[in-house]
Amino acid sequence: MSTLPIACHECDLLLHKAEVPDARGVMLCPRCGAELCRVGPDNLQFLLALTCTALILLLLANLFPVVGLNIQGHHVDTTVFGAARQLWRDDTPIVAGLLVATTVLVPLVELSVLAWLLFPLCSGRRPVAFVPLFRSLQLARPWAMVEVFILGVLVSLVKLSHMADVLLGTAIWCFGGLMLVLAVLSTAFDHRALWQAWEEARV
Amino acid sequence: MSWVTAADRGLAVCEVCGKVGEMAENARCSRCQVRLHSRKPHSIERAWALLLAAFVLYLPANLLPIMETRSLFGVQRDTILSGVVYLWGSGSWVLAIIVFIASIAVPLLKLLSLSLILLGVQRRSPEQSLQSARLYRLLELIGRWSMLDVYVVAILVALVQAQSLATVAPGPGVVAFAAVVVLSMLATMAFDPRLIWDAGSAQQPSERTCESKPSTTS
Repeated sequence: MSTLPIACHECDLLLHKAEVPDARGVMLCPRCGAELCRVGPDNLQFLLALTCTALILLLLANLFPVVGLNIQGHHVDTTVFGAARQLWRDDTPIVAGLLVATTVLVPLVELSVLAWLLFPLCSGRRPVAFVPLFRSLQLARPWAMVEVFILGVLVSLVKLSHMADVLLGTAIWCFGGLMLVLAVLSTAFDHRALWQAWEEARV
Repeated sequence: MSWVTAADRGLAVCEVCGKVGEMAENARCSRCQVRLHSRKPHSIERAWALLLAAFVLYLPANLLPIMETRSLFGVQRDTILSGVVYLWGSGSWVLAIIVFIASIAVPLLKLLSLSLILLGVQRRSPEQSLQSARLYRLLELIGRWSMLDVYVVAILVALVQAQSLATVAPGPGVVAFAAVVVLSMLATMAFDPRLIWDAGSAQQPSERTCESKPSTTS
């Protein structure tokens, strides 16, 4: 099993497992420099804990308003869904859909799928529909844009700050936390470990 | 130094689980039963189609207003560039630079550099493989940041509503702009970076193994 070759997904270079990861636990392709794999903390429960944290933060981020305005004692604020509803009313349903998809739906799908896969794997069982769900995880990843959304909120606050008092809502802190947890999650996520756990698990 | 690719050895790496398996017609991965492809099918054609669509929409995205502000003083229509100018004028230089990079520089550079990579692959130019590969990796990383202006419009539209001061409504430009971002991300995903290296090594057939020679030299 140890002589099984691997191939770089970006330049198709054939490698034998002799390549060793560097100090950070990252293995780079010697030809094109792509990240071949990352040896994460070999602990699926750690990933599961992060996933649950991120799910809670995502829930809170959508319950509370993101930003508010105070115009002459008149207070308005908005949640992500509130912003989407307004865009929908203003005849730009595509943008409304994109907003909800990239900030709520895709992270939600990504995290629930991850939790669904990790729960059984932690107790040594094979999750139902592992392969299609793992595929959806790969497809969803580039479309989760929480960090871009946070920067967007900050830019709009600066634009509004001349006409009213701007207030940061609870949700923006939750989005900030979510961003950090997602970053740790993607650093610690080693897809090889997941597949290995799946191969070793009971059917 | 000669490199041996999986394709040279008649192998292919599974897109889903990363396991290397024997490549044959309709071959499936032995671990996850997903169909194996040596390269993404119709990668260049798909990438060009999406890229051209993005180029076409880039014009309305920058010329049409992305936001309309109605106030007592009349209607003000903001394009992406005027938004940057406004931020610069109001003294937020850092944000003005960030928005300029994310909304104007990145989309244009992304479209142009992906076209360059595609042209390089089609002309089979061997020299710049490493630069092209690095550029492609950068494109994958920064493409998402262009969504910034879409979020800014969304937040402003939601907050500045039904008040005595002003009302903000999304303009037609924001739809085109969002489409540019999505299409260019899709184009980047459709492109197979392994083709960069195939184009580079096709010039030196002596370095390749004999059995793969007829298929790579054209």
